[in-house]
Amino acid sequence: MVNNNPVSDLLRTDRMPHIWCSGCGLGTTVNCFVRAAAGCGLPPDQITVVSGIGCTGRVAGYLKLDSFHTTHGRPIPFATGLKLANPRLKVVVYSGDGDLFAIGGNHFIHAARRNMDMTVICVNNFTYGMTGGQVTPTTPTGAIASTAPYGNTEDPFNLPYLADSAGAVYVARWTTFHVRQATKAMKEAIQKKGFSFVELVSPCPTLYGRRNRMGDGLDMMEGYKENSTIRNGADTRDVGMDISGKIVCGKFVDRERPSFLEQYNTRLAARLGPSYKNYEGVL
Amino acid sequence: MVTINPDMCKGCGICIRFCPAGVLEFSDEFNSKGYHPPRAVRPEACTGCDLCGIYCPDFAIFGILLKTVA
Repeated sequence: MVNNNPVSDLLRTDRMPHIWCSGCGLGTTVNCFVRAAAGCGLPPDQITVVSGIGCTGRVAGYLKLDSFHTTHGRPIPFATGLKLANPRLKVVVYSGDGDLFAIGGNHFIHAARRNMDMTVICVNNFTYGMTGGQVTPTTPTGAIASTAPYGNTEDPFNLPYLADSAGAVYVARWTTFHVRQATKAMKEAIQKKGFSFVELVSPCPTLYGRRNRMGDGLDMMEGYKENSTIRNGADTRDVGMDISGKIVCGKFVDRERPSFLEQYNTRLAARLGPSYKNYEGVL
Repeated sequence: MVTINPDMCKGCGICIRFCPAGVLEFSDEFNSKGYHPPRAVRPEACTGCDLCGIYCPDFAIFGILLKTVA
């Protein structure tokens, strides 16, 4: 059925239709990602996708690329190992806000600090969709969740600021309304050397939107259209999101830093002299 | 030209709302999952921009330029 769709070359169409709810933005982000992967200039056998657990964790299973579905919160350590074993691969971590920033938060900041050469795509829907709508580290203060029936009392993470301060070389945020810009950002992130981070704000109408009176997926998309402002190069300290729904989108950081393997090879070559041969993987 | 695979559709209505040319609307028929898929009411207005194709979360619709088909 889906076979004649131009993007179906990079999709496992035998697994479709996917599990995501009607109005969920995840399918849109995958749609953008396959276009970015097809347009980035790399052959598909050089791109690998690693996902964690959750609704977004299912992405790895729907892409016709080498992909792996890891344990909860551990896509970044797995991707680090993959990159170090075979540095010719372009490793993309595709996971959700709970998986990357609650269970796997520590891995995220250390991969960014090391400037490990990988792309992290975080689909941020402000909740744990698969397990029933619990509070995540990005749930805005005051938002209703199944574990916060009177409203969340905690302050959320500002993900671009976290990635920026931990050392990421590319940081962008778009919503599922900004499909063209999101596709371009993912393409740039894949082509960027070093730790690149793209946050995609996506509706979860079933568990987050319904509890917070935001309507269905279409209404949440309309909300993104009305409440988002594009400020490329904005200071990441100012781009936090709150319950008002105001979203600052854009490419915030694009800088150069030597990646983990470059620093490793430079340091050891300087220390050991001509006897040191650059590390280029074990395969 | 817009192509719709009704059985992939989950009836979210995003393509209908964001089509810049107003080509689509909900059809009265149900698909195999019980959703109302979109139908092209003004197919001649379609510019082939493929915005529906890039928005669709279910890969159920896409637009192509007639020039590239011919």
